[in-house]
Amino acid sequence: MFAFIIRRAFQAIGVLLAVGIISFAMFRFAGDPVNQIVSLDTPAAEREQVRRSLGLDDPVPVQFARYLSSAVRGEFGVSYQFRQPVSDLLAERMPATLELALCATLFAIGFGVLMGVYSGLKRDSFLAKVFQTVSLIGISLPTFLIGILLIYLFSVILGWLPSYGRGDTVRIGWWTTGFLTTSGLKALIMPSITLGLFQMTLIMRIVRAEMLEVLRTDYIKFARARGLTTRAIHFGHALKNTLVPVITIVGLQFGSVIAFAIITETVFQWPGMGLLFVQAVQNVDIPIMAAYLMLVALIFVVINLAVDILYTVVDPRLRTSIRQPA
Amino acid sequence: MTQPVLSVRDLRVEFVTRRGILKAIDGISFDIGKGEVLGVVGESGAGKSVTGSAVIGLIDPPGRIAGGEILLSGMRIDNLPPEEMRRVRGKRIGMIFQDPLTSLNPLYRVSEQLVETIRTHTNLSASAARKRAIDLLAEVGIPAPERRIDSYPHEFSGGMRQRVVIALALCAEPELIIADEPTTALDVSVQAQIIALLKKLGREHGTAIMLVTHDMGVIAETADRVAVMYAGRIAEIGPVRDVVQNPLHPYAKGLMGAIPSLESDTDRLVQIPGSMPRLSAIPPGCPFNPRCPYVFDRCRVERPEPIQHSEHRVACHLYDQSSVRSEAVA
Repeated sequence: MFAFIIRRAFQAIGVLLAVGIISFAMFRFAGDPVNQIVSLDTPAAEREQVRRSLGLDDPVPVQFARYLSSAVRGEFGVSYQFRQPVSDLLAERMPATLELALCATLFAIGFGVLMGVYSGLKRDSFLAKVFQTVSLIGISLPTFLIGILLIYLFSVILGWLPSYGRGDTVRIGWWTTGFLTTSGLKALIMPSITLGLFQMTLIMRIVRAEMLEVLRTDYIKFARARGLTTRAIHFGHALKNTLVPVITIVGLQFGSVIAFAIITETVFQWPGMGLLFVQAVQNVDIPIMAAYLMLVALIFVVINLAVDILYTVVDPRLRTSIRQPA
Repeated sequence: MTQPVLSVRDLRVEFVTRRGILKAIDGISFDIGKGEVLGVVGESGAGKSVTGSAVIGLIDPPGRIAGGEILLSGMRIDNLPPEEMRRVRGKRIGMIFQDPLTSLNPLYRVSEQLVETIRTHTNLSASAARKRAIDLLAEVGIPAPERRIDSYPHEFSGGMRQRVVIALALCAEPELIIADEPTTALDVSVQAQIIALLKKLGREHGTAIMLVTHDMGVIAETADRVAVMYAGRIAEIGPVRDVVQNPLHPYAKGLMGAIPSLESDTDRLVQIPGSMPRLSAIPPGCPFNPRCPYVFDRCRVERPEPIQHSEHRVACHLYDQSSVRSEAVA
């Protein structure tokens, strides 16, 4: 197990290095960075001075090494538009995005698994067919449209929920949370549903398909022949066997939820990293874009590792195969 | 005569499909006494497994029991409400399936599956149930059960897993065990061990065993009586020695002729021409009539009812006294 984690950690470093090269390359391909910093009428001598002070006249490998070493320390340079360290900007925005992603994922897992189990067990019932239809809508409607529809219904017509922002937040250390105020919680509802709807329908469909598959297996038949209660069979034996693919999806999708919160955050003007990224793209603020890229890569790598470890918790057969790699 | 553990009376099982109703079991009757092993043989699709599933109440839609009675120690069980039938399953009737590799839930330890089953059917505490689980594993011949009990199914070999499956079927000391092809997926050497184990358990606990298989060798070694099934009916039922050595029904004769023998010097095994009819196309009269070498007119129109003939009960017009040609053949 330990060797497995070490091996995976090395793979993770490889992935991050590759992403680092790409994000570093962005600086060079998106034009001369000095032009982004100085104004149009800056004399050439001053430009050279800026270039030297930022180390942009050094050979490319040296610059890359310097970029990497500061990235490891969490420093991604200074934002062109805000004139603030990128790491500060991201740290300030991160709680909003993470709280949104967490709520969206919990919403997706909770409803997705429930609806999936139900429609797997009673696949011919009316409600199961309703779920199937709703899930089709959830999968095919684009996120921004769902967000706008929700805003129109609950903010414009009914006036129940705020249409934008995070509401009031409470600061705990460097973390700001919307969980502790009513307006903060209310503000979370619509963005979470918007962000999690696709994941929810995906989870529902996978759980349903897996349930149908598992219920046909011999060990479920044998469990019935042993006279176990229906509840023990469905939730003890069947559901647990559906979990491996569900964990895969939830894990990978949690990464996507964070990375692609961009659209939801834009629709709801949610003050998170995604909104920051969109503004950065509009203003060609490369340090922010590069840092965001690195951060998302890091999140994906960490989640993948967590998912691999979770597999072994659920499925004992994988433990032996990890201990003795083929 | 003592009451049989299992008594099946004129059982009929149907499958409702788009193309009409398929009669998988068409009126079969048999008894199994205490400590007795009844072998059920026949080709694939003859209705052996469906009979087992019907007895334990696990016929899934679109299948349904269309008629007849199933009595367990005199109590009718085919019409019990689902929850009561669940209590009978595992507690009074144990079942063993064909493939031990897939019968156990791969995600739970053997101990968890055993304790779960024991506690479903008894009032034992968790620790008492665990102790009983260890005893059961010892009884089915798993070495070092205290250590092995916390293993996962994939850590056992096929034969050992089938022993675990048998232990699971024995959890509540059932009166009847239905073994559906219990040795088919195992090596020949392991087959013999499992068969010996089943026999020993039947002897020691007085458990009645319904042994479903297509392996005549297994039947000859294990069963006290044997029922030969064909197209959802029992062609012949009787003491195993009689049926193997002196089969009456032409189909049973064909089956027994297909067993290779060490003594006789035959070059070719006898083969029954043709194949069993599909359920949707069972011929009128005797279902075996298109393949029967002794067929005569009556077989094509009238369905033969089982008749007692010495120790056997056989469903064939050849043994009906009123039949015209009976003496000519017998």
